[in-house]
Order: sequence, then C-alpha cells, then structure tokens
Amino acid sequence: MRESGMKAVGVETIGMSMRFGAFTALDDVSIKVPAGSFHALLGENGAGKSTLVKCIMGFYHPTAGDILIDGREVGIAGPKDASALGLGMVYQHFTLVPSLTGAENLVISREKVPGIIDWRKERAALAQFMERMPFKLPLDVKVAELAAGEKQKLEIIKQLYLGRSFLVLDEPTSVLTPGEAQEVLGLVRGMTKAGDLTVLMISHKFHEVTAFTDDITVLRKGRLTGTGKVSELSHKQMAAMMIGDQPIAALDSRAPVPAEAKQVLTVKALKAPDRTGLKTINIGELDVKSGEIVGVAGISGNGQKEFLEVLAGQRTRDAGDVLVKGSPYCASRAEARTLNVRFIPEEPLRNACAPRMTVAENMAFRTFDLNEAGKPISWIRMGAIRDYATRLIEQFKVKTASLASPISSLSGGNVQRAVLARELTGEVDLLIVSNPCFGLDFSAVAEIRARIMKARNAGAAVLLMSEDLDELLELSDRIFVMSDGALVYETPIAQASVQTIGEHMAGHH
Amino acid sequence: MDATEIGLWGVPLAMLGGAIRVSTPFIFVSLGEAITERSGRINLGLEGTLVFGAMTAYAVAVMTGSPWLGLLAAAAAGLCFGLFHGWICKFRGVNDIAIGIALMLFGSGLAFFFGKPFIQPSAPDLPAIPFGGWSDVPQVQAALNVNVLFLIGAALAVFLWWAFRNTRAGLILRVVGDSSDAARAMGLNPNTVRLIATGIGGALAGIGGAYLSLYYPGSWTEGISSGQGLMAVALVIFARWNPLGCFAAALLFGGAGALGPALQSVGVTQGYYLFYAAPYILTLVIMIATSSSSRSLAGAPGELSITK
Repeated sequence: MRESGMKAVGVETIGMSMRFGAFTALDDVSIKVPAGSFHALLGENGAGKSTLVKCIMGFYHPTAGDILIDGREVGIAGPKDASALGLGMVYQHFTLVPSLTGAENLVISREKVPGIIDWRKERAALAQFMERMPFKLPLDVKVAELAAGEKQKLEIIKQLYLGRSFLVLDEPTSVLTPGEAQEVLGLVRGMTKAGDLTVLMISHKFHEVTAFTDDITVLRKGRLTGTGKVSELSHKQMAAMMIGDQPIAALDSRAPVPAEAKQVLTVKALKAPDRTGLKTINIGELDVKSGEIVGVAGISGNGQKEFLEVLAGQRTRDAGDVLVKGSPYCASRAEARTLNVRFIPEEPLRNACAPRMTVAENMAFRTFDLNEAGKPISWIRMGAIRDYATRLIEQFKVKTASLASPISSLSGGNVQRAVLARELTGEVDLLIVSNPCFGLDFSAVAEIRARIMKARNAGAAVLLMSEDLDELLELSDRIFVMSDGALVYETPIAQASVQTIGEHMAGHH
Repeated sequence: MDATEIGLWGVPLAMLGGAIRVSTPFIFVSLGEAITERSGRINLGLEGTLVFGAMTAYAVAVMTGSPWLGLLAAAAAGLCFGLFHGWICKFRGVNDIAIGIALMLFGSGLAFFFGKPFIQPSAPDLPAIPFGGWSDVPQVQAALNVNVLFLIGAALAVFLWWAFRNTRAGLILRVVGDSSDAARAMGLNPNTVRLIATGIGGALAGIGGAYLSLYYPGSWTEGISSGQGLMAVALVIFARWNPLGCFAAALLFGGAGALGPALQSVGVTQGYYLFYAAPYILTLVIMIATSSSSRSLAGAPGELSITK
C-alpha cells in the first residue's frame, strides 16, 4: 500500500483498436486523460466504452494501439500489470464480498496479505488510513448490511487503499440517491482537484457530467465521435455526439387527467414482511386513477421490490387490501384477466419470461389458452400462437432471428420490447411497471417510455416504480417516495423538486 | 454395580458418553464439509469417502499393525476422493450434487470390493484417554473414556472458527465461497481454491471413517456407516457453516443417537427402537423450527448451488 500523499497519473491511448473476429468493437480510438483531471466517457450501450476501459485495465489485449502513462509508453499484459501501474477500476456491480466486513474486504484485496492476520495491527493501520480519507465508513459491519451509497464509497476507498491513482468509475451513481451521488462525486472531484487522483468516469447522466467533470470523450459504434471541454458543450451537442442521426421516439404529449377519472388501484393498510423477514413494509394508502402515472421513487432495498412482489402475487401479505376497480385482487391469473391487470417487472428475462422457451411462446403467455372470443380452449394451436407473435413482433419492432429462437438469445432491449408487446396488447386497465429501462440504451429507453405514456393516454392506470429519478420525473403525474418500507412523501409532478424527493429517499425526514 | 443401581442417572450419563463416542465421525465429516461449502461447493460424496476411509484405515492397520498409519492412509484416500470431486466440478455444466451422489455410490462400492478380505481379521484400535479415573462408577469411567480423535476434532473446530477470520487462507476461502466474481477480480482462481477445499474436506471425512473402523464400532463391516456422511452434510447447514456450530450439532446428534441404547440399558424394553430415530427426528424438528418460508438462509455462502 502506497502512502496517500500519492501523485495522480495521466493516461493516454493512441490508436486503440480491438477486433473480435470480424467485429470491430473499437476502431482507432485515441483519448487523453491528463493527470489530476476528471474525464467523462460517454456513449450508448455497445458503443465500445467498456471495451476501451478493459483494454486500459489489461483485461483485453488490444489488436492495435498503445497506452501511455505520464507520457511514457507502457506494456499492460494483464490486470496485475495495470494495478502495479496504479490503475484501478470501480465496477458498476459491486465487487465487494457481501459476507465479509469492510475491514476484511480491504485487507484481503491487498497484494500481500500475511498468512495470519494480526487484526489489532490492521485495525490501527486502517483507522490511520481512514483519517486521511474524505469519507467516514463503518468498517466492522458486513458489507451486505451497508447501504448502496456506502458500498460505492467503500469500493472507491478500496482502490485508494490499494494505492491506485488512476480510477475508472463505471456508472458509479446508478445505485445512489441524488444526494449520495452529489456527495460521492463531489469528494472524487475534490481529490482530482488536489492532484491525488485522475478519474475516467463512464456515465449516462448529462447533469452529472456537466456538474463534476472537466472533459468528455464520446464513443459511438466503436469510434470516437467527439471530445472537448465540458464547459464548452451543451447537453444537446453531447447527445448528438452520442446518438448521431438516429431518430429518437418522442414521448406522446401528456393528455390531462380527467377530473372524473375512475380510481383503478387502491391499496389500503398493506403489511408484508420484507426480504430479511426482520422488518415489515407498510403501505398506508395508495390509489392510482385511470389515465395517470403514479411514480414510486426510492433507493433499492427500501421495500419497493417487496411491495411489487405483493402486487404481483409473489409474496404473501400479512394484512391490508388491494382492490382493483373495487374488487379484491390477489394476483391470480383469472383476476388479472377479468380486471385487465398487466405487469412489467424489472429484469424481464428473469421475472417475466421463461428464458429457454421461444420468443413466440413467451409472447403468448397471456393468451395461449384462449380463442379469439376470449373463451378457454382445450387444444393449443401453435399456428395461432405464431400468427399472434408475428403480428406483435412487427408492431413493437422486436429484433429476433426467428420466432423459434429462445427468448434468452435476444438483447436486453428486445426482451423488454417482447414483454411490453405481450403486456400492452389488448385492454389494459392497470399497468404495474418496475425499472423498465434498467440497462437499456438510449433509443430503446425512449421507445419504451413512449409506449408507457401511450398506454396512460389510452386510459390505463400506471404504477411505475423506478430507481431512476429522471425517468420518474419525466413520466409521472404524481410521485411517492418510499423509504424504510413506507410511503413517506407524496407530490404532484408540478410541485416536485429533486432535492426534496432526494431528502425523503435518504430518510432524512 | 450395574446400570439399574445408578438408576435413571444412567440415561444422561450414557447420552454424554454416547455423544462423545458417536459424534466424532460427525465432527470430522461436518468440519470437512464446512470447509468445502464455505468455498462455494457442496460434496455429497462424503458418505462414500467415509466408508472408503473406514475400509482403508482398517486394512492398513491390519497389515501394518499401526492404527496411526491406518488413519493416515484413510486421510490420503479421502484427499484423493475430494480432489477427484473438485477436479470434475471445475468443468462447465457439471453439477456438484450429481457428482457427489455418483461418488458416494462409487466410494461405498469400491470399499466393499477391496474390503472383503478384511471383514474377519481384527485391527488395533486408536487409543483413548481415560478421563474418568477419579470416579468409582464404571458408567462414569466408560462415558469419560475419550478417544484422542474427539479431542483433535474439538481443537480443529476451534482452530477453523479462528482461522476463518484471522488467516489469509480463511478469508480467501470465504471470498471464493461468497462471490466468484470478486475472487476473480482479486486475481484468485476460484477453481483452485475449491479444489483444495474439497480435497481437505475429503481428507477429514476419511479420518472420520478411520474412527468408525478403528474405534467405534471398531471393526470393518459393510454396514459400518449408517449415513453419517450424509447427515453431516445436513449438520453443516443446520450449524450455519460455523465450525463451532458443527461441533455442537455433532455432539447433540451423537447424544440423541445414544438415547435408544441408553434407555435399553436401564431396562426399558418396549418401544426403545423408536428412540433410535431420535437424531433424525431432532434434526427435522430443528430444521423446521429454524427455517422460514420467506427468508433465505442467513450465513449461507453466496456461491453454494443449493442456496443460490
């Protein structure tokens, strides 16, 4: 472990190219990240950002191109070489070991660990190290018990503890509240300004890029499409560099909610155990009217998932009522059918599909046992399923090799389109959606949001849970904040402020 | 003095003695399995390893006249079984549970095949230390006649409990068991760590087998194991992967197993067979009492295929 009066290093790539067979993932990309700068790397999914970063970190051997550190050419044969040069990476998913404490995670990740660990000595050294760190963290708690923001901070601290002075941050704020994101990025910004650290951050969020970074580099389809100082670029220019001339689906304009709109979903005094079984989630009162989108904001792990599982029938409830159009709803197939309840869960491949069944079969889950008149049939007709799926695939622009491919072979965006096609076809009175755009690229996101808005304008009541606050602000008519298993705040969209919502998400009220 | 004279005191005393005597193989197998499962793999083949270890230990002890050499041979045989399991499981698409069941049957079958000539001859026993010399009561003396392997097992449990948190090897084992991705990010090869962990687990199971044939019951027969190898796997889960918990669970299980014979010895003539089932009923009851339908097992290694 190096001392933390460390010196930031500058990193440069020259003509970096990476080919996988005939596919060119990265084509002659040269970027320059000077020592002590905070650099943003922008691009859609599949633009080559992670390929570039993996080449720098030694996970891939680039087909062509050089890496310069502090102006000197270096050979990086593997991740170990990269770490020896002081290059470190904080991944989007956490790489901390959940059942180990923070201290154990730090010590074991070190290059040289003594056979027998003298915890008294280590603790003293860690305490001394933490004093120099800009953030305080409990190190004696199991990582599994830390909040997402704390885990993210610990990831960064781990890299610093290992003596890294150039960090790649891969979408570091995707799991944080706006407040936590501000704090973490602000601290990172401070360290780069002090010259202790150089940071290359992969991000999708323009407002973060504008607020914290110095320069940007934009990739599209493996090519460098733009670079420049953040202070000289507008969001519009950045977006143009990112998506080029692709048309982006526009949101349907928002039809006003009619005053006499019927109440579709009513939840009263709902109680259910959470995942740990130690706490309960407690939804006092929630109603969603026809033709409106009600958003539920919250940091993951505050009971949204459990609430959704109760509505979906995946979790038993201890008490309370769920009414759809006035009749009790227990999420049986028959009820969902008569009351027109549709459901788009998060991670659709896992929660809404049978991954190895075909695209056509998956798309027919709601209707395969009904005939055109909606009456049960006794023999399944594959022909009808195929026709139905063909129609939907065209309508929702699902890209699939064939109707008979397993749905797991589709890309994330196309799985989500297939699920949307299934759930949004036919009469929809209530639509329950959770994190619909997680991990999807720009154009898929725009299209999926447009579809949800369209369903709303057609009169569906929509309950939208999302960890992406921007998404909620864009789509919702009303926003609730869920914290610690309860709905703690409600605001109509007209009066919504990111700051107030963020404070409630963090449970400061 | 016979059993009736100390009356019903004979029952708890016999259970204590039984707990110490019967629990030793459970201790070794469950500690071995705890190491293996902490690395993120499950080895159901330990039953086969146990039986093969029992046969090997007995055969070597008969041939060399030294129970210690027998013990060593059993550990080596167990190590081979464990390494074999670990090696097969590193391949993609191989299911550790299926391989475990295959190895369980293979180990038992192989032990019966090689063990036929050793059913008759008698082998020297592993030594026991009489801790009951202070008492005149023979039951007390019998109960406190403690085999060295039990003491080694107890020390091993404490050592493992300490080592899981205070040594590099212990932390690496837990990292690999909890998250293969994190382990790879640290430059560790999860397969190598699991191979070693499965090997050590097998060696300990082999030692458990040696105890069976060289001390209690103390002879090699084909029916030597009554499923200790499998029960020990359940004990590990019941003990929540904690070595001290494994030790306690093994004692509890051993004590419950001694209930039937103890009742018989104090003159209960009817229905004591029912109490032979006590350990299994006890396990079921505890498992049901400590489980929950809505919560996953606390402390389970994240990479374990049964809890994933």
